[in-house]
Amino acid sequence: MHRDSERHKLFSRRAAMLAGGKTVLLSTLVGRMYYLQVIEAERYKTLADENRINLRLLPPPRGPILDRNGFAMADNQQNYRALVIPEQAGDLSHTLALLSKIIPLSEGDWRRILRDAQRKRAFVPITVRENLNWGDVARIEVNMPDLPGVLIDVGQSRNYMFGEETAHVLGYVAAVSEREMTGDPLLELPGFRIGKAGVEKVYDQVLRGSGGSSQVEVNALGRVIRELARQEGEPGSEVRLTIDLDLQRFVAERLGDHSASAVVMDVHTGEVLAMVSTPSFDPGLFNKGLDQEQWDALVHNEKAPLTNKSIAGQYAPGSTFKMAVALAALEKGAMTPETKVHCSGSTKLGNAEFHCWKRGGHGTMNMHSALEQSCDVYFYEAAKRTGIDRIAAMGRKLGLGETLGIDLPGEKHGLLPSRKWKMGAYGVPWQLGETLIAGIGQGFILATPLQLAVMTARLSNGGFRVSPHLMEDANKAEGNLTPNLESLGLPPEHLAVVRGGMNAVVNGTFGTAKRSRISYPGYEMAGKTGTVQVRRITKLEREQGVVKNKDLPWKERDHAIFVGFAPVDNPRFAVSVVVEHGGGGSSVAAPLAKDILLKVQKLVETERGPSDLEASLERSTDEIGTGKVGKARNET
Amino acid sequence: MRHSNVFAQSQMSVGQKLIHMHWFFILLLSLTAVIGFAMLYSAAGASFDPWASRQMVRFVLGLMGLMVLAVTDIRLWLRYSYGIYFVVLALLIAVEVAGFVGMGAQRWISFGIFNIQPSELMKIAVVLALARYFHGGSLEEIERPTYLVPPILLVIVPAVLIVRQPDLGTTLMILLASAGMFFAAGVRMWKFALVGAMGLAAAPVAWFYVLRDYQRSRILTFINPEDDTLGASYHIIQSKIALGSGGLFGKGFLQGTQGHLNFLPEKQTDFIFTMLAEEFGLTGGLILLALYTMLLVYGFSISISSRNHFGRLVGMGVTLTFFLYVFINIAMVMGLIPVVGVPLPLVSYGGTAMLTILLGFGLLMSVHIHRDLVIGRRDSGDDL
Repeated sequence: MHRDSERHKLFSRRAAMLAGGKTVLLSTLVGRMYYLQVIEAERYKTLADENRINLRLLPPPRGPILDRNGFAMADNQQNYRALVIPEQAGDLSHTLALLSKIIPLSEGDWRRILRDAQRKRAFVPITVRENLNWGDVARIEVNMPDLPGVLIDVGQSRNYMFGEETAHVLGYVAAVSEREMTGDPLLELPGFRIGKAGVEKVYDQVLRGSGGSSQVEVNALGRVIRELARQEGEPGSEVRLTIDLDLQRFVAERLGDHSASAVVMDVHTGEVLAMVSTPSFDPGLFNKGLDQEQWDALVHNEKAPLTNKSIAGQYAPGSTFKMAVALAALEKGAMTPETKVHCSGSTKLGNAEFHCWKRGGHGTMNMHSALEQSCDVYFYEAAKRTGIDRIAAMGRKLGLGETLGIDLPGEKHGLLPSRKWKMGAYGVPWQLGETLIAGIGQGFILATPLQLAVMTARLSNGGFRVSPHLMEDANKAEGNLTPNLESLGLPPEHLAVVRGGMNAVVNGTFGTAKRSRISYPGYEMAGKTGTVQVRRITKLEREQGVVKNKDLPWKERDHAIFVGFAPVDNPRFAVSVVVEHGGGGSSVAAPLAKDILLKVQKLVETERGPSDLEASLERSTDEIGTGKVGKARNET
Repeated sequence: MRHSNVFAQSQMSVGQKLIHMHWFFILLLSLTAVIGFAMLYSAAGASFDPWASRQMVRFVLGLMGLMVLAVTDIRLWLRYSYGIYFVVLALLIAVEVAGFVGMGAQRWISFGIFNIQPSELMKIAVVLALARYFHGGSLEEIERPTYLVPPILLVIVPAVLIVRQPDLGTTLMILLASAGMFFAAGVRMWKFALVGAMGLAAAPVAWFYVLRDYQRSRILTFINPEDDTLGASYHIIQSKIALGSGGLFGKGFLQGTQGHLNFLPEKQTDFIFTMLAEEFGLTGGLILLALYTMLLVYGFSISISSRNHFGRLVGMGVTLTFFLYVFINIAMVMGLIPVVGVPLPLVSYGGTAMLTILLGFGLLMSVHIHRDLVIGRRDSGDDL
């Protein structure tokens, strides 16, 4: 028993030591808890919030683009996409195989989907195909029970209702490139689109709006559990253009297969009512993403479908430049309206011979008849007497040779040659012969169709510096035709001579465009034809007889140009038409201009309500071919 | 010395024994279990299903088992100590042979409707066997090194079987609890130093031949946790974030973001303390720790109050085992020691651990009820 009590004592001592050890260890735990939960609490709170809170951007819907009457030309469309969630699909390849029986999947699609599935977390949806049509959506929905993990999602994609007809004006949107990243996180959203051309580009900030954000709580796998806070963004604003959709579509249809351009503008306000460049392209392609083949086809097309010829096509203006020469000659006093010049079919300057387009010559010409019949010899003389620098100055006043600041990207400035320019560009002095060539709008001179339309507008609005624009002016004053426009300082009597000549071109007995006369009272147009040689006619060829345009390869045929305005005695609209390698200005361009000017006048009348002229116009419906376009309005 | 000191306890009826039960201790452990139910309810996203409800059923069944063990005469335990030990050892071997793979490690043995983890039961069986062995040893005998060979084998054999499963946490607990019992039995300090030194010498061997890859990586992670934030140390970092962000008073019941958003691994089992500390803060953690401390204090007092050495040793072994559960688990979730799979007693979800704890406490209660029973050193309870 003695030993037993000793054993008990030892046990008690040892047990107490163990208890002491336990106390120390438990105190350590308390100390550690205090350290973590009190001293380091703030740090860990932050870490816990960083763990769980994720900021997601909400892309704003892009603003629509409307025509002058409020019809939408670009808006956002529901874009149906098929997605697959690998986690729910189970056997992804099997699901894809089933899905490919409903919607065809390319080999590239397969590879991309399987690659994404490997890289992303299993619950992140992967896009299978975008832009599904209704049939596809319906077929997938019906088969949903057999397609585990497949779902249909609705996104927004840009929709251009009139595709090719408005492509050059509206431009297009496409994915943001690396270069365009500005640090705005919106741009980094996958699938975000920004304006890359046309109005979409110029007014991108207006159309884009601002992004909202959503604070979401995520779990350890990144799966969204709930939304904590939401800040709505600002949807993009609408942009209302001066374009008249009906006119735009009519012009596009009229230009048809030509490689051509036409611009219609209000001579007083500068509003561009139509701007068409053909051939065109499908702006939706850029939204979806082009493949190499499609891109090559667009880029290597000799008719340059991607170029907006109205602002970026530069052509010698040909005879349409003769108004500028005439005004310059009048201004200098080198010519009076009644100064006579005899045309025998050509004129000589030193050893060089300058030909008139009419082989036999026009006989004796004054300014009026020279414009009416587009006599080259008269304008060789006028140019020679006026001098290139004064001609160039007049051209500049009328809007040529420099950009006009229209709200579109990529506007070209054309070219008005002068002595100084020649010296600078070529290092050789100006030749008098070049002045003669300039007198008929050939040689170095280049102008865009927009510049030609502006020139015509400035001639016809009484000599005011009108500038073109596409964005509807919200506070334009009704009734005031030339609000705050600067005068070009051209004497009204000079302008009257030129306008009289242009009237005669269409309505005169010998006018070069008399076949394109508008015969409805009050709607008559005036204008000027231009036929621009793009090749050199050799002396030999001239002797053997000039080859007819239709016998030449397309690239060597003449450009056909016409500028005009209407109504002739109270001008309201100006038009320019350029048909690349189209042949003669009078035979090809003038009839187009006639139809366009008649159409725009008719549209404006109907928009302003029934008028007395309605009846007379009804009769002309067939002739101006509005049938199809007229119906389209009801659809919009 | 045959029946020289037969006291009243041996003749007590079951009813009398129940009256003598340490009811306050039962209340404390029930409170702890209730905290566990609440945390399991929270872990399941405010639902009794699937954890809390089952845990409650197990607790009630375990409590009934505890009562049965408590009223059983302590001499019966003395008599069947070795028998129980060898039955559990046989089960352990059976796991090795016929067990199936669960949780990536062979630990379970199936009895049709329920599965059992023999390694958990072994924690109690070793305590019983060692208590029986040292109960019969005089201080002189304990001085003899050869006398220590059988009890060492009693510990080493199951330890090797369990570490092969592999279950590092349980092995560690059995080794530490046994060491505590050797210590309490009176084994000299220098012998522990010697074994410790030998252990250190054997560490490199263990590193390469005993530890599995994941165990090695857990230890490496513990040494340098920032190395691999998404791999092995991810758990412990997330656990610390949860604890720390709980602050003084916590985020509120059911409001723990780390736990509910699944940043916490195994939140219903090994990391349940983290969940508690996230939702109830330092306050909640300290309350639970206080409950544990009170249970340990009572365990200690029951142990040293026993008038028989077997009871003292059993009480000590059970208390120490309980302490090891608490300490290893909480130290692990707070990043003080490497990640080892030890549940938080009475709180973590898990049937076998709950059973082990409650059966252990049943023995402790038996020690308490039979505290005045004197049992001779040579008495093996065979003639009860």
